Amino acid sequence: MPIPPPITDIEQLKTHPALGRLLDSIGSAVQSAKFDRDELTIWIDKAFIREACAMLRDDRACPFNYLSDLTGVDWYPSEPRFEVVYHLLSIPKKERVRLKARLDGSSPAIESVTSVWPSANFYEREVFDLFGVRFTGHPNLKRIMMPDDWEGHPLRKDYPVEGYR
Amino acid sequence: MQPVAETLAEPSQDRTLVLNMGPQHPSTHGVLRLVLEIDGETIVRLRPEIGYLHTGIEKTCEAKFYQQVVPLTDRIDYLCPLTNNLTYCLAVEKLLGLEIPPKAQWMRVLMNELTRINSHLVWLGTHAMDLGAFTVFLYCFREREDILRFFEMVSGQRMMTSYFRIGGLALEPPLGFFEKVKKFADRFPGNVDEYEGLLTGNPIFLMRTKGVAKLSAEDAIALGACGPTLRGSGVDIDLRRDAPYTGYENFKFNVPVLPEGDVFARYVCRVQELRESIGIVQQALAGMPEGPIKADAPKVVLPDREKMKTQMEALIYHFKIITEGFTVPPGEVYQAVESPRGEMGYYVVSDGTAKPYRVHMRGPSYANLQTVAKMCEGRLIADVVAAVGSIDIVLGDCDR
Repeated sequence: MPIPPPITDIEQLKTHPALGRLLDSIGSAVQSAKFDRDELTIWIDKAFIREACAMLRDDRACPFNYLSDLTGVDWYPSEPRFEVVYHLLSIPKKERVRLKARLDGSSPAIESVTSVWPSANFYEREVFDLFGVRFTGHPNLKRIMMPDDWEGHPLRKDYPVEGYR
Repeated sequence: MQPVAETLAEPSQDRTLVLNMGPQHPSTHGVLRLVLEIDGETIVRLRPEIGYLHTGIEKTCEAKFYQQVVPLTDRIDYLCPLTNNLTYCLAVEKLLGLEIPPKAQWMRVLMNELTRINSHLVWLGTHAMDLGAFTVFLYCFREREDILRFFEMVSGQRMMTSYFRIGGLALEPPLGFFEKVKKFADRFPGNVDEYEGLLTGNPIFLMRTKGVAKLSAEDAIALGACGPTLRGSGVDIDLRRDAPYTGYENFKFNVPVLPEGDVFARYVCRVQELRESIGIVQQALAGMPEGPIKADAPKVVLPDREKMKTQMEALIYHFKIITEGFTVPPGEVYQAVESPRGEMGYYVVSDGTAKPYRVHMRGPSYANLQTVAKMCEGRLIADVVAAVGSIDIVLGDCDR
C-alpha cells in the first residue's frame, strides 16, 4: 500500500475544522500545515500557541477539549532546533490535530498551556526536564523524571546514549 | 480548574503535618511517592512525586533499529505488554504504509483482549486487597495464570512476550491453542460472577468505594484522565470504537459508561469491560480467518526459518534486516490505542534512516496520576489508597 504524498497546500486543507478555525481568527500565526498519513499537523508561531490552544478548546463546532499528549523533538544541529508538539483530541467529534511550535536552540522558551488544560502540567515538566525547554507561566516548572540536582537534559541529541557525559 | 501549583515540602499551617506515602508502600502499586499534607486524618494537599522508575526508554529507542524497539515496549507497562507492542507496531506500520493480513489482525485483537482481561484481573485482585478483601486476589490470579499460559503458548514468554512484530506476528499460534482459549472463554463469565459475588454487594466494599474520590466529567477532561477513569466519570469515549485500529471495526461490543465518577463507578466500568472483552475474544475465535500471519514485505519482515536456510534471496534479506535494519520513509505518526488503562499513544518520528529519530510514549498512567490530587483533597488517608487503586496505576508506564 503506497503512502500518498503529503498535502502542504493550506487552501486544500481549509476544510479541516481546526485549521479553518485558526485561519479565520489568527491566520497570521499559522505558519504552515501538512496532511500526511491521515494526520494533520499545523505549525503555529510560538508567540500565539496559548491563544491557538484556547481557541481550539473553546471552538463551538468542534471543540478540541482534550490534550492527548505534549512532547518535544530535538532537531540538533539544525535551527530552529526544538519543536514542541501538541496532540489535541476532540472528544465530542473524535477528531485529532497536531500543533507544533518551533523554538531556537539558544534559550528555548514558550508560553505554558497549563491555563488552557491543567493536564499540561506534568507534560510540560517532562519536556522541561528532558529537553530543557522553558515554559513561561508554568506554576511549578521543576524536574519530574530526573533528580532535582541533575545536570543536562537527556533527550537532547547532543547528550550521549552511553559512556561518560 | 487550576493546575497543581507547587511541590510540597513544608506544611502550610501550624496544625498540619507533611507525610510521605511511598515510594515503598504496598498500596501505591509500585514506586509512587505521594506527599500528603494532613490535618489529623484529613488530606489538605496531595502531590505525587514520580521518576523513581525512570529508565530512559525513549532515549534508548533512538539508538536501536526499528525492530529492536519492540522488546523495549514490553517493559514499559508490564501488565499489558502486548498492547504496547501493538501500539508501537501500528505506528511504524503506518509510517511504512504496510498492509497487515487479516489473520494477524484478528490474532492481535484476540491477544489484545486477553491482555486487557489479564491486566484488569491484576487490578481487581490488588484493588480489592487494598480495601481489605483478600480472597478476590486469589481467584483473580487463578484466571490470570491461565492467560499467562496462553501467552507462553504463542510466544514462549509469560509476560514480556514481544509477540507482535512490525508487519504481523512473531509465530503461528500452536496446535490446540484456539481450543484452549475457547474453553477458557466459555468458563470466564462464570468466574466474573464469582468476583462480583464477593464484591459488588459487599457492604464493606461499598462503604469504601461509593461516593469516594469523586471526579466530575469536566475535571476528568481538564486533568487529562483517560480509559475507565474517564468513562467512570460519564465521558463516552473508547478508541476501539471511535478510532478503530487493527480491525476492531469488525467486532461488536458495548462501551460501559457510568456517570457517578467515584471509585465504585470505575470498578463497575472495569468489571463490565471484562465481560465485553471476553465477548470480543469469542467473536475473534469464531471468525478467525486463515492465511499468512506476516505482511508481504521481504525488506521489513524476517523470512521464515525454513526459507532462510534454503533460499539465497531470503538469506540475504534476513542478513540485511538483522545487520542494518530497514529504512522507514521520513514522517511522523501519532498512534493511539485503548489500553486497559486508557489512551496509550506512541509518537514516532522518522528521518528516513533505520533508527527512529524520536519515540515518545504517552502513558495512560501518567495522565491519570494527575487526577489523584483532585480526588483526594478533603478526604481521609484511607481514601487515598482507594483512589490510587481505582486509577489502576502502573509506574513503569508512568516513568518510562
